[in-house]
Amino acid sequence: MARRDFSVSRLPGFAGTAIAVFVALYAPIAMLVVYSFNAGDSIAIWEGTSLRWYARAWENNQVTDATVRSLIIAGSAAFMATVAATMAALATTRKKPFRGQTAIYVAINQPLMVPEIVTAVALLIFFAAVKVTTGYQGLGYLILAHTAFCIPFAYLPIRARLEGMDLTLETAAADLYATRWRTFRRVTLPLMAPGIIAGAMLAFVISLDDVVITVFVKSAGQDTLPTYLLAQIRRQVTGEVNAISTVLLCLTVLLLTAFFLLTGKKS
Amino acid sequence: MTQEPAIEARDIVKLFGAGDHAVRALDNVSVTIGKGSFFTLLGPSGCGKTTLLRCIAGFETPSAGEILLDGRDISQEPPNRRPVNTVFQSYALFPHLTVAENIAFGLQMLNRPKAEVSEAVARMLALVKLEEMAGRKTSQLSGGQQQRVALARALAPQPKVLLLDEPLSALDYKLRKEMQVELKRLQKETGITFIFVTHDQEEALTMSDQIAVMRSGRILQIGSPRQIYAHPVNRFVADFIGETNFLAAQIKAGRAQLAGGVEIALDPGRADGKATITVRPEHLRIVTPSGGNVLQGKVTRSVYFGTDSYIQIALEDGTELTVRQQTDAAGSVGPDVGARVGVAIEPGAAQVLED
Amino acid sequence: MSLSEAKRDAEEVRRNWLLSTPALLLLCFGAIGPLFIMLVYSFLTPGKYGNVEWIFSTDAWRGILFSKDIFDGSLKLADAHLTIFWRSVKLSFLTTLFTFLVGFPTAWFIATRAPRWRAFWLFLITIPFWTNLLIRTFAINQIIRTEGLLNTILLKLGIISEPLKLIYTDTAVFIGMTYVYLPLMVLPLFAAIDRFDMRLLEAGYDLYATRISVLRRIIFPIVKPGIIAGSILVFIPSLGAYVTPRILGGGRNMMIGNFIELQFGQGRNWPLGASLSVLLLVIVTATLLVYVKFANRESGHG
Repeated sequence: MARRDFSVSRLPGFAGTAIAVFVALYAPIAMLVVYSFNAGDSIAIWEGTSLRWYARAWENNQVTDATVRSLIIAGSAAFMATVAATMAALATTRKKPFRGQTAIYVAINQPLMVPEIVTAVALLIFFAAVKVTTGYQGLGYLILAHTAFCIPFAYLPIRARLEGMDLTLETAAADLYATRWRTFRRVTLPLMAPGIIAGAMLAFVISLDDVVITVFVKSAGQDTLPTYLLAQIRRQVTGEVNAISTVLLCLTVLLLTAFFLLTGKKS
Repeated sequence: MTQEPAIEARDIVKLFGAGDHAVRALDNVSVTIGKGSFFTLLGPSGCGKTTLLRCIAGFETPSAGEILLDGRDISQEPPNRRPVNTVFQSYALFPHLTVAENIAFGLQMLNRPKAEVSEAVARMLALVKLEEMAGRKTSQLSGGQQQRVALARALAPQPKVLLLDEPLSALDYKLRKEMQVELKRLQKETGITFIFVTHDQEEALTMSDQIAVMRSGRILQIGSPRQIYAHPVNRFVADFIGETNFLAAQIKAGRAQLAGGVEIALDPGRADGKATITVRPEHLRIVTPSGGNVLQGKVTRSVYFGTDSYIQIALEDGTELTVRQQTDAAGSVGPDVGARVGVAIEPGAAQVLED
Repeated sequence: MSLSEAKRDAEEVRRNWLLSTPALLLLCFGAIGPLFIMLVYSFLTPGKYGNVEWIFSTDAWRGILFSKDIFDGSLKLADAHLTIFWRSVKLSFLTTLFTFLVGFPTAWFIATRAPRWRAFWLFLITIPFWTNLLIRTFAINQIIRTEGLLNTILLKLGIISEPLKLIYTDTAVFIGMTYVYLPLMVLPLFAAIDRFDMRLLEAGYDLYATRISVLRRIIFPIVKPGIIAGSILVFIPSLGAYVTPRILGGGRNMMIGNFIELQFGQGRNWPLGASLSVLLLVIVTATLLVYVKFANRESGHG
């Protein structure tokens, strides 16, 4: 008889449940990806491999417009959120506590605590009033909204990076006759860089994926890729939706893997 | 102490890993532990002492061999069915429970009636003198108090054998000394068999009825503290337990011939040939170099320890000897460094080692 | 403190505020400020073609629970609204419960792997956590559709004779929310279990505990903060869910989020939408505050 050690951490049925969970988590996504290559129209019957849905999406002006719009919004929002978050992180990390510091911290993290639908409604009301007053109908509203909810996502990795940084390095730079600004340029900023890049990537992914706030804030003809998908799903679903989803999925996974490599190396 | 065995381990082998890379943590270990005794497993880290303890507790299953508890093989039983309790090195006190709840845990798991549980908890609290702490969370206790709770918790279900895995290693020196006395008292009062694991030879000598010295998964010697100290079977045991000196010798007709023509008498029955003998520093005396049958050497170092001085002497053949000499009333620390001295071996003090 | 030191500190604080200003301004206009405007709108009168008229009214707040009878103008409990609230709470609660039931074993499984593999399994949970919620809901939609894969397989196997009508039911919304919010449960549970000292389990088994009593008496009480954190992280977004019920619940099986949206579309009742949003925000904030208080108390005494 094989003798096995008594495992203290084993609990009955747990491993089986976990494996089932992982399968259930990935099977639907896998099917979605597989059927994006389906030659037929059905989402359940396999009729051979083809790239026709990708081709169709590529030729669809609505899709390409939405893609460009998504990238413009995500790019601008990620950039602005990262700059603002970097400055805020410098002001609120490793500093002698000052009056209002907690308030700043709460304000920055506020978008994480309010249900998206609530923010969406509030923005709809606010921007509607602004649109009437100013007459401006452009992408600015979406970019502002996206920037705001991206700030906490950019802030967190930057703050984590700063907190892990050795203060004595800056003291050493000052000791070696560096001015405040040069210390920042030559020491602090290069050391913060991985955190800033990680924050920017996270903000980009979050902006790219947003549905709820975009649906409420966008004016007519301002569909992003996710809102275009949402509209399509309610209609007759074709493999085109699968193809777009797959591309979006790959982009996210790619960015996330880079993010983990960037932040994971240290810890 | 009766000689009836509480625990009998027979030919225990424990392999970690598989195939060619398997490590033999226990290599054919057999040991019999008498009922009601204070038995110590002593050895350096990695010698297998904790693995043996965990085999008895049930957290490791021996790859081969059997473990008998009161004559019944328990080696295939899970730990929660063995009437054996452990005092863990980290104490492993439940942080979400109070002191009293920790102590009650085992009895509750055995579904004992409430009255019996609370009665046993009160008794245990009194035994370890923690009556006032009953309602405290364990994180609010000092290290010594946590140690007592761990003891009370393990003793409460009245196990047949109590296993203690280096329980004193986290305490400071003074507290450790106190707990050594305390443990001995608890063992006498409860009459439970204690199996104690330690790497501290002093702890082992002062507390144990029996000691098993282990190394590389094997038991080298089992005996009383006195036997182990006075009659170590090999170089490792002699070196590990206390300070000692080693001398090369030629054995001939029951006598050992050392360097410089010195000869000492041995117990009879020793085979002739090359051997190593060992002599404790306190069994060496510094004498004038001119005397007969004494080793000749030069003092290289002298260290003062209050009650004693340790004097290091280099013999002519290069062997280093340490002599322990009690400080006299005048506070003399013995001969100066560089002085030529003679070293005499007390009769009967030399032990021949097996290897 | 010397005078110059005090001056330097004041200078430092001023600099910190200056550095925080861009973030605060963006948040003020893009997230926080509009919430107050929304509060104001909840006390106005709906305009005929959407938007509002600037006439004070508490109708929107009363309208959450009551509706005016078309004929005699008397107030009645709005059954339709209550059904939507009840569905939201029920589905959010079920989602939280079920994600815990399957999420706990999953988190335990990950935390007890060898360190080398742990990162891998954790990564597998993190990927869905960050990937598009819409896409994941859509993936579920494709599986459980009437003409979807689940029905196709079940029909082929002869287990059912006609397709299951799963899509656009409460069950579909429940399945979808469980699927999309599961990582939110697993991650905090993992963090708590990862900190759990496995040696306590040895002590438990040494003291005659069974596997079940170890789980109930030692593991659950100690990882409780993680269980509560996970439950809140799942419950709050479930309560405010919009995308999942819209894609899987269809037009009739609305949750609060969809009901709010309705007021800005066909409903043409912006004040009611605003009051509902404020209410949702209050509920969520209250839950969070209770949690923070609880978490502080736990850490203060532990």
